[in-house]
Amino acid sequence: MTDARAPERVLIVGASLAGLRAAEALRKRGYAGTITLVGDEPHKPYDRPPLSKQVLSREWDAEKVFFRRQEGYESLGLTLMLGQRARSLDVGARTVTLEDPQAPVLEYDALLIATGARPRKLRGTAGLSGVFTLRTLDDALAIGAALAQHPRVAVIGAGFIGLEVAASCRKLGLQVTVVEALPAPLVAILGDAVGAAIARMHLDHGVTLRTGVTVSRIEGQGRVERVVLSDGSSFEADLAVVGIGVTPATAWLESSGVALADGVVCDHTCATNVPGVYALGDVARFHNTLFDEPMRVEHWSNAVEHAQLVAATLVGAPAPAAQPPYFWSDQHDVKLQFVGRVAAGDHAEVAQGTLEQRSYVVAYGRQGRLRGVLASNAPKQLIRGRKLLAERASFDAALSALREAQAVGPVVAPL
Amino acid sequence: MRITVDFDLCQSHGLCTEAAPELFEIRDDGFLYVLNETPGNELAGKAEKAAIECPTGAITLSDD
Repeated sequence: MTDARAPERVLIVGASLAGLRAAEALRKRGYAGTITLVGDEPHKPYDRPPLSKQVLSREWDAEKVFFRRQEGYESLGLTLMLGQRARSLDVGARTVTLEDPQAPVLEYDALLIATGARPRKLRGTAGLSGVFTLRTLDDALAIGAALAQHPRVAVIGAGFIGLEVAASCRKLGLQVTVVEALPAPLVAILGDAVGAAIARMHLDHGVTLRTGVTVSRIEGQGRVERVVLSDGSSFEADLAVVGIGVTPATAWLESSGVALADGVVCDHTCATNVPGVYALGDVARFHNTLFDEPMRVEHWSNAVEHAQLVAATLVGAPAPAAQPPYFWSDQHDVKLQFVGRVAAGDHAEVAQGTLEQRSYVVAYGRQGRLRGVLASNAPKQLIRGRKLLAERASFDAALSALREAQAVGPVVAPL
Repeated sequence: MRITVDFDLCQSHGLCTEAAPELFEIRDDGFLYVLNETPGNELAGKAEKAAIECPTGAITLSDD
């Protein structure tokens, strides 16, 4: 139940996974005060992971991504303000001003910052139609409509979004070229050997990869016609999807006094330097006690965990234990699952299978400690890795435990 | 409490098997199995954690 310290008015800015889940967790814990959930998109909260997969490949009707229908918000007892973007925060007056001059100034006792992140744009492409980023449902619907015209697709950036878009395009039978500045996809996150394995998997599925080059410019008469690369080569394309990372959506907090450093700086309870102000999800630079380091994590599970944590903090309940970051990515016939936090220079060793197969497990370590586990089509081993990370296992002990585990099972179709 | 898994949504992420190993298991075929669809109240907390953490929202809990 709510204890005496619980705030009376909770204002959540950002109506995506983290914000909605925080509201749900507060009600679940018996919080009886008011909750206002403000989002800058016109849509009710929806789930983003299917956008680059089931929505783009038209396996799903877009309706399927929404978390709740109207009555679901009524039963939660919250005020939902959609299509409203925050302009500024006054921590002294405890108010948030919205960009819409007609909108009321919002007062709070506790403010939850869950504004997420915005995709970086490719410079020099303003005014050229056919260049997209993918973050929102509207982005996915626009790209999906364009894909129906059977374009030749250029994907700029072989990160998770780019690779998933490429896989969805192949599923639709489209010609797709992925451009990546590094020597292989995902090498900065998963290392050279795994990056090469992922590159082979995409080549096997008919994706054209151009690695070790950057995009010099995208040319065309009003719309995309050609992508020119840094080595002087070029290729024809009708549509470009740019996936070159995101920046945390903190512009509205610039002069607020809330500490910012590539995200909103917060402690292990999601509390910022300003009393009553919390940050969660993609926007939060959160102190993860399991790794004893600050980290800004742009993954689905992180948003869910922060929401649980903030709700516990607000009602004065003990905080759930810190978890190792978890993410997944579905590409062609492979489900990649990763748990932990690795950095350049970490040691990587194959614990099961081989990188030539689609099913394998890789352990990552630093200074003798397990730092991460990658499971490709091996969900059981992923969970084993997650437990080992939570136990702060040594790299050697973890490697033997993962090797002793039953051999990687048959391939699971990810979708 | 009754546990329902929508197997059209389930993608064998496996997080539920960590949250509630008494209730969920991934077997060697790579698929998820529900070990007990009608657990007692003592497992309600774990079942709720599994439902909350499921990345595809495949787990629904209801009263019997």
